[in-house]
Amino acid sequence: MNKNKLMFWIFIGPCLLAFIVVVIIPLIFGIYYSFTDWNGINADVNCVGIVNYLKLLNDKHFIQSFIFTLKFTIVSVALINITGFLLALLVTGGLKINNLLRTVFFMPNLIGGLILGFIWQFIFINAFTSLGEITGQTWLMGWLSSNKTSFWGLVILMVWQMSGYVMVIYIAAIQGIPKELLEAAKMDGANAWHRLKNIILPLVRPAFTISFFLTLSNSFKLYDQNLSLTDGGPARSSEMLAMNIYNTAFSFMKFGEAQAKAVIFLFIVGIFTLSQVYISKKSEVEM
Amino acid sequence: MRKRKKIVLAFTGFILAVLYLFPFYIMLVNSFKTKRQLFLDILGLPDSFNFDNYVLAWKRLDYLKVFLNSLIITVVSIAIILIFSSMAGWMLERTKTKLSNFIFFFFIAAMLIPFQSVMLPLIRIMGKLNFLNMPGIIFMYLGFGSSLSIFLYHGFLKTVPKSLDEAAIIDGCNCLQTYWYIIFPILKPISITVAILNSAWIWNDYLLPSLVINREATHTIPLRIFFFFGEYTKQWNLAMAGLVLAIIPVIVFYFLSQKYIIKSFVEGSIK
Repeated sequence: MNKNKLMFWIFIGPCLLAFIVVVIIPLIFGIYYSFTDWNGINADVNCVGIVNYLKLLNDKHFIQSFIFTLKFTIVSVALINITGFLLALLVTGGLKINNLLRTVFFMPNLIGGLILGFIWQFIFINAFTSLGEITGQTWLMGWLSSNKTSFWGLVILMVWQMSGYVMVIYIAAIQGIPKELLEAAKMDGANAWHRLKNIILPLVRPAFTISFFLTLSNSFKLYDQNLSLTDGGPARSSEMLAMNIYNTAFSFMKFGEAQAKAVIFLFIVGIFTLSQVYISKKSEVEM
Repeated sequence: MRKRKKIVLAFTGFILAVLYLFPFYIMLVNSFKTKRQLFLDILGLPDSFNFDNYVLAWKRLDYLKVFLNSLIITVVSIAIILIFSSMAGWMLERTKTKLSNFIFFFFIAAMLIPFQSVMLPLIRIMGKLNFLNMPGIIFMYLGFGSSLSIFLYHGFLKTVPKSLDEAAIIDGCNCLQTYWYIIFPILKPISITVAILNSAWIWNDYLLPSLVINREATHTIPLRIFFFFGEYTKQWNLAMAGLVLAIIPVIVFYFLSQKYIIKSFVEGSIK
């Protein structure tokens, strides 16, 4: 081996080693384990063929959590991006308090999902009830104790947390639009709505692609917030896929089955995110 | 007309800011209340600012210790990620071979793999290697963090002229010296981004530590908060004080380096 080659391996070696041990080997073993009766305790595992995958088809909770995750992802991706984009428009409107607003909107994003979930648990259970009693609005009572409120509770939490994140991406995109373009349109008599629809929206398309990708994968893989806000409750109705996998392994000691779910999960995340990027990229305009 | 529009905008912004801060307000005011006060009034300000809840939460959390654990894990992981992934990013960018391209692609493609897909075998393998401890978790953070970090360094290095490396070599620097004295200092702006993005998730990570760290003495903040909150759901005032303590380091960090943080998040997502 010549000196250059040796240097090449020395430089990429540490990262590559960690990456292979932590990601690639577990990935390969994971696929193998999904065809076994691994229960997490016994040292010897036996191959059982595709039994674990067949079981998934009849696993009521898994299917339910898949549907819940799907619904949650669609709703939260839409709301996070709409809110984030509107916040970005607001903050780029030339106000004196813009910097302060941006600071506030972005802040929740830095705090861990587990802690945010606990804060909101207190708000939904106690503050909402209190507000309901004062204002007489009964819909504020009993949050997180029904399927519907735990769904919307998670959505509210995620919109609050992530809209500031996509906001900063949209701000960067909006500020990247040439000023002359907007000025010219104004001169030609385009009102604010037309400027938004015909200039701003088409030109920030790439930012939409990025933000959709980020929010989609974040929502779909959500675990911490799910754990701390609802813990899957009531009666496992708000259990998302990541939590379902976790519980299958650690609550029911069905590691093989959990791993089969994990493999399916990998494919779903891959298909979703890649097709989203593909579709979004196709409809972007070239400047 | 223009002025009125601005006032409407500013007012909307103000209302939204209040709405966004509401959860923090609720958490903060209730962390100062007694159990009785909290029962009577959740939305109002506390009667007095007494720090009893904080003193107790501090003790129960063993705050200083878990804070230091989080700090050590985050700082050491970041240092290792910065050095090793900039080395790898540099080598992969400067070497134009099929193998090099393949390895780079390998790292990037792995960004799509969700943690849950590798979680179970990972823990088993790490257990066999006797790696379910602090050094182990730092090693795992290098493995999970290297994809995005190498990607960012690789992108940045495209803008750094290769003649710089060559000049250093002609001047008699070897590969390691060139990297350490010439390349690494130039990478500083992107290193800040890499450090911020990685520390944001490593500091807040709950799931991996919960699987890897089983000794109480090495608990991190999120891990300890999980047990603490479970214990005190009947004592919300104490739980809130604990959450405030858990958040303070992040908020302080945010206000000190807000400009860099927001810039990093934008850069990290756009690249």
